[in-house]
Amino acid sequence: MRALLFDNTKCIGCGSCMMACRESNHLPETDAPDLSDKQFTVLKKTAGKDGEVNYRRLCMHCQDPTCASVCPVGALHKTPSGPVVYNAEICLGCRYCLQACPFSIPRYEWTSLNPRVRKCTFCADRQAQGKINACAEACPTGATMAGERDQLLKEARARLAAGPDKYVQKIYGERDAGGASVLYLSSVPFSQMGLPENLPLEPLPLLTFRVLSKIPTFVGAGSFMLAGLWWLTNRKAEVARVEQRGGGQS
Amino acid sequence: MTRLRSVFWRVIALAILSAGAYATWVRFAHGLGAATRLNDSYPWGLWIGFDILCGVGLAAGGFTITTAVYILHLERLRPIVRPTVLTAFLGYLLVVCALMFDLGRPWNIWRAMVWWNPHSVMFEVAWCVMLYSTVLSLEFSPVLFEWLKWPRAVKAVKAVIVPLVGLGFILSTLHQSSLGSLYLILPTKLHPLWYSPLLPVLFWLSAVAAGLAMVIFESGMSARAFGRALESHLLEGVSKVMVLFLGMFLVARFLDLGARGSLGAAFRFSGPGSLEAGMFWLETALLAAPMALAAFSRVRSHPQALFACSTMVVAGFLVNRLNVSTTGLYASSGYNYFPSWMEIAVTLSVVVVGLFVFRLATRFLPVYHSAAPQAAQEGEPQSAAYAQS
Repeated sequence: MRALLFDNTKCIGCGSCMMACRESNHLPETDAPDLSDKQFTVLKKTAGKDGEVNYRRLCMHCQDPTCASVCPVGALHKTPSGPVVYNAEICLGCRYCLQACPFSIPRYEWTSLNPRVRKCTFCADRQAQGKINACAEACPTGATMAGERDQLLKEARARLAAGPDKYVQKIYGERDAGGASVLYLSSVPFSQMGLPENLPLEPLPLLTFRVLSKIPTFVGAGSFMLAGLWWLTNRKAEVARVEQRGGGQS
Repeated sequence: MTRLRSVFWRVIALAILSAGAYATWVRFAHGLGAATRLNDSYPWGLWIGFDILCGVGLAAGGFTITTAVYILHLERLRPIVRPTVLTAFLGYLLVVCALMFDLGRPWNIWRAMVWWNPHSVMFEVAWCVMLYSTVLSLEFSPVLFEWLKWPRAVKAVKAVIVPLVGLGFILSTLHQSSLGSLYLILPTKLHPLWYSPLLPVLFWLSAVAAGLAMVIFESGMSARAFGRALESHLLEGVSKVMVLFLGMFLVARFLDLGARGSLGAAFRFSGPGSLEAGMFWLETALLAAPMALAAFSRVRSHPQALFACSTMVVAGFLVNRLNVSTTGLYASSGYNYFPSWMEIAVTLSVVVVGLFVFRLATRFLPVYHSAAPQAAQEGEPQSAAYAQS
């Protein structure tokens, strides 16, 4: 499983990742300050202990993606090698993925008459050609690194151990909401980068699947109960009718 | 006077439909972004919150009344079956029409039948709504067949009506609750006053109460519009069950808020969170007040008082669904969504079309009186009262 490790202590905010992303995905120039339907990754700044901290946002490529779980037709899915990819062909445009994503990543082509959901593809096309993610390739400082997920986790743990004061002692994306293929190391609280810190450790799709998985039991038990109620009340009505007739004679 | 009033309503309806027609053109010629105030952080608005969540919920009378009559043998409720099934059937048709506005690629809707994702609540809702609409059309079909004078077709439907109604109960329970389950996956986004693992149960209980309230509300409306209403002793029975379900809903709601420690959020009357607290109490008051009032038999036996109660329940239900789907997501999205006039125009047009078709159907089809011999045997006096000129 491939992954990306982003370390904001190494990021100089040069914007190479954004440019490489734009080129690789054939996206137009834009000065949008946030992710958009034409911008799959974005550089932002936040206040740190010693001056400004640069950070990136992009799709987390969750291990058990909420977006893929909610899609009624399965237009989004997690590939075994890491990327969460989207198939516009079968998409209905219900936008449940936008609503459900805990990181609020997917964007929509609101002004299009044939709108698509847009987000980072983890360079699935480049991966198929044996290349690494365009952003990681372009990064001059190694702030964004591509690699195997378990190796990047090992690397991240080593950095945390080497810099107990430098880093918040957590690898964001290791276990949050079931874990992700994009991992973050940070010198500032993760919430400052817009990453929610109140997510459960279990994957969010479990919240709905727990209910959905009870449907077969409900259908069985419900049908049985309805049949029973029908029989009981029918019998009661019959008895009442007979009694009414009998009551007339006595 | 009545003539003047009907001219007034016709002018209003025409104004709404023209605005709706223009909004429809904008939606399909320039896209969702041009017609709505939706954006990436706030992807669902009035068309989901009202047209889908409220529309489906208010049509819940269809499955409760048919279950009462065909499964529980509550024969005296039989005169309510036809108008309620008609409302539900129209309701679901309108929901599907409204969905076409909201889906970004409505022409792909059939794909939910071919590409399955059983992990998706939306997938389950889609299948249930599709199947239940079919059930409703079959439940309503005898009315059409009687009008066409096809006794064999009427007989065929009658032969399978009990399992059909049972299927309707199962499908309705599944999707009425699943509309709540849609929001189970937003634990960090939906406000704690509305996020709850009990959402599916709460949605089902409130839909049953609102569906019954609609039966009373419609009877009151048709009394005003065409001087025809259901008998008050029938409505009294319906309202008792409505009170029961409102009670269960409110008890479950408050026990759940207490157990999750979220009750405090209801008492934030200033600063951030005060809007949510206010909307929570509005919703609660609109559901609790009619429950308390209709608990008295004196209120239940008074048609106008009961009509007022049912109106409050319907309003409280609408506020609840809009709270879950809109108010409850303000804080996490940082966007205080209010629909554009075009979103409102489309929604109102859907309502107007629904009222118009309902009126047409009750005028030309045997909805308020059944020509079926079975109902005549029950000797229901109201079938005479409903017989129209």
